[in-house]
Amino acid sequence: MEVRTQDKYTLTFWEKLYIPEILKGMKLTLEQMLKKKDTREYPEEKWVPPPSYRGAPVLVLERNGVERCVACGLCSRVCPALAIEVQAAETEHEKERYPELFEINMLRCIFCGFCEEVCPEEAIVMSPTYEMVFTRYEDAIFGKDKLLMSAEELAPRLEFLRSHR
Amino acid sequence: MDFIDIVIALIKIVVMFAVVLVTVAELVYTERKISAWIQNRIGPNRVGWRGLLQPYADVIKLVLKEDIVPTAANRFIHTLAPIISIGVAFSTLAVIPIAGETISMFGREIQMVIADVNVGVLYVLALTSMGVYGLTLSGWSSNNKYSLLGGLRSSAQMISYELSMGLSVIGVIMITGSLQLTEIVSHQSGWMWNMVLQPVGFITFVVAAFAETNRTPFDLPEAEPELVGGYHTEYSSFKFALFFLAEYANMITASAIIVTLYFGGWQVPYLELLALPTGVVVVLQILAFIVKVAFMLFVFQWVRWTVPRFRYDQLMDLGWKVMLPIALANVIVTGIVILLIQ
Repeated sequence: MEVRTQDKYTLTFWEKLYIPEILKGMKLTLEQMLKKKDTREYPEEKWVPPPSYRGAPVLVLERNGVERCVACGLCSRVCPALAIEVQAAETEHEKERYPELFEINMLRCIFCGFCEEVCPEEAIVMSPTYEMVFTRYEDAIFGKDKLLMSAEELAPRLEFLRSHR
Repeated sequence: MDFIDIVIALIKIVVMFAVVLVTVAELVYTERKISAWIQNRIGPNRVGWRGLLQPYADVIKLVLKEDIVPTAANRFIHTLAPIISIGVAFSTLAVIPIAGETISMFGREIQMVIADVNVGVLYVLALTSMGVYGLTLSGWSSNNKYSLLGGLRSSAQMISYELSMGLSVIGVIMITGSLQLTEIVSHQSGWMWNMVLQPVGFITFVVAAFAETNRTPFDLPEAEPELVGGYHTEYSSFKFALFFLAEYANMITASAIIVTLYFGGWQVPYLELLALPTGVVVVLQILAFIVKVAFMLFVFQWVRWTVPRFRYDQLMDLGWKVMLPIALANVIVTGIVILLIQ
């Protein structure tokens, strides 16, 4: 094996004086002091995630008020955390099947996005929602009432998914 | 000295105490703000206007906590140590002159200094070396190895840096020819500040002052990664608050001494050319003093968030092999120059 050796770094006279080097450092920190701040006033000033962000998974609701989901159950199969439960039923609509029950346990969800990847209908999508607070276990299980989100709201994410297919 | 003199002295002491206490509290705030700015953060801004009341919230939290004394600790000394620390930190300010002119009130000339001692410099040096007792005793009495190590380090560090501190002051004393602080300040009129006349002495004194106040890069006694909390590991509640206060009060004291000895104290250059009334002059001089001290305090905090901590052997090397010879050489060179000028 090749062994690389590095010569010991010797300080120059000016560096040995130490004070000029400290002054240099102080100049650097002074510049940092006047820079724009990297942090924000969080609860008042919210962060808007980019379209590539994987927030809470939601079901897409079409403009005519029908969900895209056909209750095939692929998301439930692929979910590594076993967070999704789907029960199918039949309807008179064009797609013939719809989920009678669709529940995601947000305490189990690991936001991997596998459900979104596997979905043939582009019906389950990772939304930009990142604020999820529960005070009781039951509140963490999201039913269809909480999961449905309109296609307009999810437009940036759907756009992103199509452009990266 | 009659009754009115005592009352005047007491008023001065109370005013000084109140001002210093408020400044100490706000220093904790500015420390957090400056550290935040240097790290590109916003810093505390929730309690009060722009977070100005944050330190008071901190103090209330500290005071409401349980006061724990370890079973194996020496109770008496454990209680005495923070009192020594805070007492020393505050009493040094008694000899600092904050304005040159005197105010006539109640038929008396009132000097803008609590005690115009004729051995002022000696008093300052004596009290700052007393400060080491607070840290050493607290380290020893806690009966905790980390505290003990912190205390030992602080005593070794302070003794090493006291020497170069004293020697750098000698340069100033040689120029002025007096140990009286009021005398030293009035000698620095115009731009003839000691910082200009004694640049080497100024640097060694400032470095020694950083070491004396246990500020980074010399904050080895309380190096958290090595010593948990250092000498105050076993302190809680109000006793801890006292150490905390003493640390910041020491910073004010050190800044005030640096300003008095090297930045010309209350001197405003060319103010005497304007021929202003005495009252205005006094106010301007006090303002100048405050601005200078505030600048020094900012530098203290600025350096703290810039420079990393020294290793212990580096600290001792710097103290004995660099600072002491430089300070000694400074004394000799100053002596030769004064002899040649005369």
